[in-house]
Amino acid sequence: MKRWKILIVDDERVMRESMAAWLREDGYDVDAAASGREALDRVRETDYAICFVDLKMPPGMDGIETMLELRKIRPDAAVIIITAYATVDTAITAMKEGAQEYIVKPCSPEEISLLVQRILKVKNLQRENLILRKKLTRQYEFQDIISKNREMHEIFELIRRVGPMRSTVLIQGESGTGKEMVARAIHACGNGGNRPFVAVSCAALAETLLESEMFGHERGAFTGAVARKRGKFELADGGTIFLDEIGEISPKLQMDLLRVLQERKFFRVGGTEEVEVEVRVIAATKVDLQEAVRAGRFRDDLYYRLNVITMEVPPLRERKEDIPLLVRHEVERLSLELGKEVTDVTEGALRLLMDLDWPGNVRELENALERAIVTASGRVLSEENFSFLAREAAAAGPGATGASGWTPPSNATLQDVERQVIEATLRGTGGNIKEASIILGIDRSTLYDKIRRYNIPRVPGAEAEHEPVPKG
Amino acid sequence: MGSIDVLPIGRVDEGALRAVEARVAARFGLPVRRLPPLPEPDDAWDAGRGQHDSSAILQRVLASRRPDAVRVLGVTEADLFIPMLTFVFGQAQLAGVAAVVSLARLRQEFYGLPPIPEVLAERAVTEAFHELGHTFGLVHCSDSRCAASLSTHIQQLNQKRAEFCRSCSTLLEGSVRAAADSEAPASLEERS
Repeated sequence: MKRWKILIVDDERVMRESMAAWLREDGYDVDAAASGREALDRVRETDYAICFVDLKMPPGMDGIETMLELRKIRPDAAVIIITAYATVDTAITAMKEGAQEYIVKPCSPEEISLLVQRILKVKNLQRENLILRKKLTRQYEFQDIISKNREMHEIFELIRRVGPMRSTVLIQGESGTGKEMVARAIHACGNGGNRPFVAVSCAALAETLLESEMFGHERGAFTGAVARKRGKFELADGGTIFLDEIGEISPKLQMDLLRVLQERKFFRVGGTEEVEVEVRVIAATKVDLQEAVRAGRFRDDLYYRLNVITMEVPPLRERKEDIPLLVRHEVERLSLELGKEVTDVTEGALRLLMDLDWPGNVRELENALERAIVTASGRVLSEENFSFLAREAAAAGPGATGASGWTPPSNATLQDVERQVIEATLRGTGGNIKEASIILGIDRSTLYDKIRRYNIPRVPGAEAEHEPVPKG
Repeated sequence: MGSIDVLPIGRVDEGALRAVEARVAARFGLPVRRLPPLPEPDDAWDAGRGQHDSSAILQRVLASRRPDAVRVLGVTEADLFIPMLTFVFGQAQLAGVAAVVSLARLRQEFYGLPPIPEVLAERAVTEAFHELGHTFGLVHCSDSRCAASLSTHIQQLNQKRAEFCRSCSTLLEGSVRAAADSEAPASLEERS
């Protein structure tokens, strides 16, 4: 939880210092200012949750004037006017001018303690609400894709044009470039705000599970199908279905998907009744689908159905000019979400971040910033806060080129590479799944699926703990 | 090894003082030394409030600190206030060296009840732990039974035990060890 800051403004030294000391014993960060002018200087630098302002201060800038100016700079700060009994009328005037409370001095320790607790409780709720709203809007706001890169701006323009249409869109780009964000932006531009957006990661599930996940199943369709279940296509009816890693689906599913795209109809697994849906399909892939078609791994008719409108999201290393923008935006967002007061990044740290290739793209940059913010003790992130990037690169050896310091072996398949990365990460975390999932930028269930699929022992080097996932 | 000094300010209940000395020595693991009493704190008297200014008394306690003392705890019968508040049970320098405890509102008599010396002694020990805890860097604890929790009235103080919760104990032990190992601060003005 955030440590709240409190400011005491009083021209009487004993008053402000004893009050500040008393509140510090309660664990708050407390500053004191001897005049309205000093208070304004402090408020410009620091985000105070509560400002106690003595009503009676020397002419030039009394309590009311101080409060009015404070509120211009920090409208969210709660101002509590401190007054003597004789000036209660003025305090009431102060409340009309925007003070949140007034207290008549001297007041009981209980009164002041409860007052501070009550205000901060509301502040905590407001802060939680803000974070939740940000999280929600983050899913739907087009503005959250941050870029001044020319290619990205062409994509923005395309999103605006194709958003309102129902055309199928294929988004290509490396892992972590923000393909799902683009898909959500297309959905949002298509007035889809109140309609469902359903994302399916085709790589995370085995074929049989994916089929049931996409199309649903009837009761008794297979062992464990104890009730009818609606699939993602039905859930997305009227909205958008986002099929991530479309290049990973099996030939059987490719055929089923082709039929849905052509006829907008399908059967639930084990079902005999056709289900009709009105769904916009947005697919994404990090592999070259055209190449997969040439190699016979992907149906050409499905490829042409998907490839109505194509968007190619460039990797972060090709739009390094976006790194400062992304860093600023992410520092602001993550600090709020994590309850930290990190406000900026030094020039040196920014240069370091811009020098890296970021093979994991924006997601990897976000993870690095989150790690730096979580472990930071100051308000500004310096190169030292990113020293783990250099350590990781050094640990990966001289072939390392990216932020995660890893270069794929030349003759490996994508699956080989993925297995090796997961094994290496698990070795590094001593088999800690949670930590490994954070490093890899995937959720734990996805990691468990991959561990099962590749039959990776929990601690590589030991015997496998998991049964291989049955194919087909 | 540096000591925790107990400084009576004016005439102070001897039973309460002895209880504080014995229990502070046992809990903080440092020798406790009684300093000669200061005179009654008349210069800290505020006729308008009918109470004594806690900050003024704390300054006197700080000024009485001996160089070989790790902490100094003033104990007074005077009813204390800080300008903002109607009263305080005590006051301390957070992560500093001086603290003061008032027995005035710890007495049953203050609430119109017959005196019980054992109750006074137990409350005095709890408050001494609380204020000394502040000097070792503890802030108010959310566990209402912990000596470091905030008491804004006597009922809250009665709920507390003269002991710290596990979390505060851990923090306290580290700070006490560090304070005992280090040289006494050169300047007495640094936290004033």
